[in-house]
Amino acid sequence: MSYQLETAEHPGTLRRVAIDTVSRVEGHGKVTILLDEQNQVRQVRLHIVEFRGFERFIQGRPYWEVPVMVQRLCGICPVSHHLAASKALDQVVGATRLTPTAEKIRRLMHYGQMLQSHALHFFYLGSPDLLFGFDSEVSKRNIVGVAASHPQTARRGVLLRKFGQEVIRVTAGKRVHGTGSIPGGVNKALTREERELLLQDIYQIVGWSRDAVQLIKELHAQNPALYNSFGICRSNTMSLVGPNGDLDFYHGSLRARDSNGGILFDGVDYRDYSQHIQEEVKPWSYMKFPFFTAFGKQNGWYKVGPLARVQNCDHIPTPLAEAERREFVDYCGGVPTHAPLAYHWTRMIEMLHAAETIKDLLHDDDILGDDLVRTGERAMEGVGVIEAPRGTLIHHYRVDEDDLVTMCNLIVATTHNNQAMNEAIRHVARRYLDGREITEGLLNHIEVAIRCFDPCLSCATHALGQMPLAVELVDAGGALVHALSRNGDGSLGPSVV
Amino acid sequence: MQPGVVVFAIGNRSRGDDAIGPLLLERLAPWLAAEVPTGEFELIEDYQLQIEHALDLQGKRLALFIDAGCGTAAPLEFYAIGPARAPVARSTHELPPQGVLDVYRQVALAEPPPSFVLCVRGERFELGEGLSGPAEAHVEAAWRQLTLLCRQPDAALWRAMAKNLFQNEGIPPLMLP
Repeated sequence: MSYQLETAEHPGTLRRVAIDTVSRVEGHGKVTILLDEQNQVRQVRLHIVEFRGFERFIQGRPYWEVPVMVQRLCGICPVSHHLAASKALDQVVGATRLTPTAEKIRRLMHYGQMLQSHALHFFYLGSPDLLFGFDSEVSKRNIVGVAASHPQTARRGVLLRKFGQEVIRVTAGKRVHGTGSIPGGVNKALTREERELLLQDIYQIVGWSRDAVQLIKELHAQNPALYNSFGICRSNTMSLVGPNGDLDFYHGSLRARDSNGGILFDGVDYRDYSQHIQEEVKPWSYMKFPFFTAFGKQNGWYKVGPLARVQNCDHIPTPLAEAERREFVDYCGGVPTHAPLAYHWTRMIEMLHAAETIKDLLHDDDILGDDLVRTGERAMEGVGVIEAPRGTLIHHYRVDEDDLVTMCNLIVATTHNNQAMNEAIRHVARRYLDGREITEGLLNHIEVAIRCFDPCLSCATHALGQMPLAVELVDAGGALVHALSRNGDGSLGPSVV
Repeated sequence: MQPGVVVFAIGNRSRGDDAIGPLLLERLAPWLAAEVPTGEFELIEDYQLQIEHALDLQGKRLALFIDAGCGTAAPLEFYAIGPARAPVARSTHELPPQGVLDVYRQVALAEPPPSFVLCVRGERFELGEGLSGPAEAHVEAAWRQLTLLCRQPDAALWRAMAKNLFQNEGIPPLMLP
């Protein structure tokens, strides 16, 4: 687990390439690559500015507002923040065990979120690269390009996403800013009409999810050399697992494995996360670098998310997804794979599992119940952990006697994957950029590696009038040599610098 | 009556001027109930535009996207848009309005309804902040424009308004009280 290419020896003498999102004000990512005179890669870094001020945003608020407020941290996975905060605050209100209706409604909401998020990533963000090639014509590498060439795939992606949003709407109460989950339980169950509405489509959704797994398997089969090696970075992994080692997105204990699949720790109560995870600060990135305390900064970093989860669990508790997990494990020869492109495959297995779980929950009459909330002995602290679409999400709060939040600590999936994403792009830079003139297609290889992890870098805000990408080449003296920007239609043009 | 006009408001209420769209939509709902009670408008608020918003265009004859702008003309821009391809971004999951129209065209195999953007300039977008002073003024200008649009939900008239705005460099006669 190397730190090669993290810090060059004489950076002032090197040429710099920056892949910079011309963002607004929210967190964003930037890649800098230092090249020597022979275009050899000497340093590669993914800088992330994210979640600044989030803890401060929460501190001082009444705890019962928190599950709603935290949804505004992220426009991509607000439900994950909603539920992680609720789980933490369950402990504050003394709800040691939820009612069956409350837990199943929360699970339904969460698996709906997982379905829609994975569908968005695969069909909108990931599939254009995979279907057309990493250095294909840039104007094709988007959902519209997919729609033109693979109309059924694109349409299914939209409808899968829409179905997941509908599950969220009926469980959370609203399409956005849902209030369904509250400390101690939920504030609404499903009506029979809402259940019937979702049941009309769920079998189709399961079928399409299964087809999506077949599609990604076919892509792997077409070019196994690429898929099995691109951006590979060996690391530890971590995720929640259920009580029997099952894949569980909503609840469980923490399990970590080393890069060979050996157990590092297992059955860890997630309320003790801080005994097992520390975060390193590096001067060149605002985002911290978590690592397992027992193994140190150098050897303790890890991956989270679909690739970690599917390989970390012993079993997936729905039949179609379990069959796909077994096939994936067989494909990998029974040992863990660390190829980032396999994130797509495992993400689709998870989407299938989410669809199957939604189907099962819709047939469970507990989701129609009216016993919604539990309370008990009041506590001053709570930790909620959930497997968000991108990986493990940790919410930790302390509350004072006036019910105000005095401390908030969040560790989000993209933070857990910080080191892994850096290592992946270093591998890609070394493999594809070394000694070559930089082109848009080559730079896209870097972006493909980042996209595998589905990082959530732009949290919940956007505005019109921004260019999505700018690339700058700076000579060893720091002077701007050349600049390009990617325009709204995907074409490259002179940058405004 | 099935709504024939869809109004999207995009933004995060907790990120300063990113709240411009949602705040305008919040104000619009009771105003429509009182002033234009035809049931012809569907109002949709979201953090970001995504592919599934293309489905909200089905059956509509007119669409309006309200959003905050950064570095755009003050107090507002109002213009017609058509489908356009959006590149996959590395660090965001959102689609621009033109991208939503293009997804609609490909998924529905039909042309999207005439669509317009009401882009209201914002200045500050930090988490936990309220509207900035300039944005408050821009919102008032946008409100006048928005009510004019909603009183006359007609694509030809909206195009004329957009043209007026353009020709008058942001001081269109139709915006005057």
